[in-house]
Amino acid sequence: MTAQQQATLKKLGPLLALVAVCIGLALMSPNFLSVSNSFDVMRQVSINAVIAFGMTLSILLGGIDLSVGSILAVSSVLAAMTMKGGHGAGLAALIAILAGAGMGSLNGVVIAKGNVAPFIATLGMMTLLRGAALVLSNGSPISGFSSDLFAMLGGGYVAHLIPVPVVLMLAMFALFWFVLKRTVFGRHVYATGGNAEAARLSGVNTDRVQILVYTISGAMAALAGMILTSRLDSAQPTAGAGYELDAITAVVLGGTSLAGGRGWIFGTLVGALLIGVLNNGLNLMGVSSFYQQVVKGSVILLAVLLDRGGKA
Amino acid sequence: MMRGISILVAGLIALVACSNRGPDTGPGGTAGSTAAAPGAVSVGLSISTMNNPFFVALRDGAEAEAKAAGINLITVDAQNDAAKQIAGVEDLIQKRVPVILLNPTDSDAVANVVKEATAAGIKVISLDRAVNGAEVSSHIASDNVAGGKMAGEFLLKRLGGRGNLVELEGIAGSSAARERGEGFESAIEGKPGVKLAAEQPANFDRAQGLTVMENILQGDKDIQGVFAQNDEMALGAQRAIEEAGLENVAIVGFDATPDGVAAVKAGKLAATVQQKPELIGKLGVDTAQLLIEGKPVDRNIPVPLGLVTR
Repeated sequence: MTAQQQATLKKLGPLLALVAVCIGLALMSPNFLSVSNSFDVMRQVSINAVIAFGMTLSILLGGIDLSVGSILAVSSVLAAMTMKGGHGAGLAALIAILAGAGMGSLNGVVIAKGNVAPFIATLGMMTLLRGAALVLSNGSPISGFSSDLFAMLGGGYVAHLIPVPVVLMLAMFALFWFVLKRTVFGRHVYATGGNAEAARLSGVNTDRVQILVYTISGAMAALAGMILTSRLDSAQPTAGAGYELDAITAVVLGGTSLAGGRGWIFGTLVGALLIGVLNNGLNLMGVSSFYQQVVKGSVILLAVLLDRGGKA
Repeated sequence: MMRGISILVAGLIALVACSNRGPDTGPGGTAGSTAAAPGAVSVGLSISTMNNPFFVALRDGAEAEAKAAGINLITVDAQNDAAKQIAGVEDLIQKRVPVILLNPTDSDAVANVVKEATAAGIKVISLDRAVNGAEVSSHIASDNVAGGKMAGEFLLKRLGGRGNLVELEGIAGSSAARERGEGFESAIEGKPGVKLAAEQPANFDRAQGLTVMENILQGDKDIQGVFAQNDEMALGAQRAIEEAGLENVAIVGFDATPDGVAAVKAGKLAATVQQKPELIGKLGVDTAQLLIEGKPVDRNIPVPLGLVTR
């Protein structure tokens, strides 16, 4: 095998793992491959995938965004309060996503201008914003929005078949793919993540790239929050706790390097699907929830070992 | 790498085979499923969290009854996350189980998925927490208001109708916190000898029960009785009171968890209100069976409470 073939195979590793797991699950559970179950899985995955797309950017920079779960909660609560205040779903979603972008840009400014390590900066924001979500909502969920438009966001279908969250997820995937592959900004993200100093010396405004990346990550978390809030018909101040880890898992499963500079958005989509397929398939097979965690952890370790081209 | 993937798949299959669960009995047939009694009816159970002994006991009660009745019980764990719960219930809908026993993480957040199940012709029974905004076939839960009242009356009797009380509350907005508080406060309301010196949330959590009680004692050590809306908070508060060197403070918990009962027997708690989670699980399976047989069921099934004292 030539080095190039090896590299291609390595890149396809996560996809092969996904296909292998799907085949295994299809053999063991007859419901797994049905159309309705397939769309169920994709809808369940959409929230994590949308967050993970944003996370891919921050990880490509060699950073991380731990605040996504809290941003999701604050944006959800803000959207719910807007709707409870008698405003429409469109305005609510706009406010939520702008707020998400705003909170994300605050991350970016602290990291880029304040020279704070992303892990610490976003850890601080994670705690701060969780508190803000609880303060805003007074600790209790805000439920029951009488907006058909808003209900569509999480529960609607396009052409009576494809769930709206799945369409949103695929649209975001296409957008991220285009931005990373075809735009100057995308190349700057890879360059900054690969070697920030070299990128800066060759004229890339690395501060601007960092701030933009965390802004996008925040906006994606808010969008995921809109899907979640619509599906639950309830904005929960405690929502999204631990979601940062699910998103990081999807990114890493997809083959993006935590060291920055290397990775791709397709891998993240595959990684998110792999997690979702395992959750769904193991439930369909009636596997005890204790074993499920053992299986999921093992698959994550194995898939990452494979991707690193270990000795397997 | 291909070898690695085959190891991965083989491992997965082995683990699943080991877990020794029942077959799929949906219309798709049982081909390829792990072996168990063929033709058994499946019932789904979506539980809010298995990281809490109370819900584990509920699951155990349901499982024992299902086993006795020859029902294949499929349990999915929501890990206290409303989105995970929805995913789990959707998976059960895909399994085409005739009845889903639903123990909601949040009463409001499950309404949509209950509607999905109903639309798929699946009957839903709510356990322990109610569902707001969607119809269920039956609701099985402890009478929390009666339990809170029981705790309040016990404390009044124990303290001879005189003293300063503290109430540690559960998660704000949860029905259990609301109802237990309502019952407790109705028992002590208008009693001239007692004063509710502090009521603060500690979110059903032992560590928070400890710190919240510590903070209360920093401000006021003149406390004679504590009502905690669950045993975890009561045990946390008990540690704080012990460390502050206070004696003769009567602490009443709720739930009668194994730890709580042991603390009552050791004299560390005065009493704990006993819910019967096993009975909730058992009644859930019994009610599911009635629904499967097409028999009528009660809309509301209150599960009796008891008081565990030394």
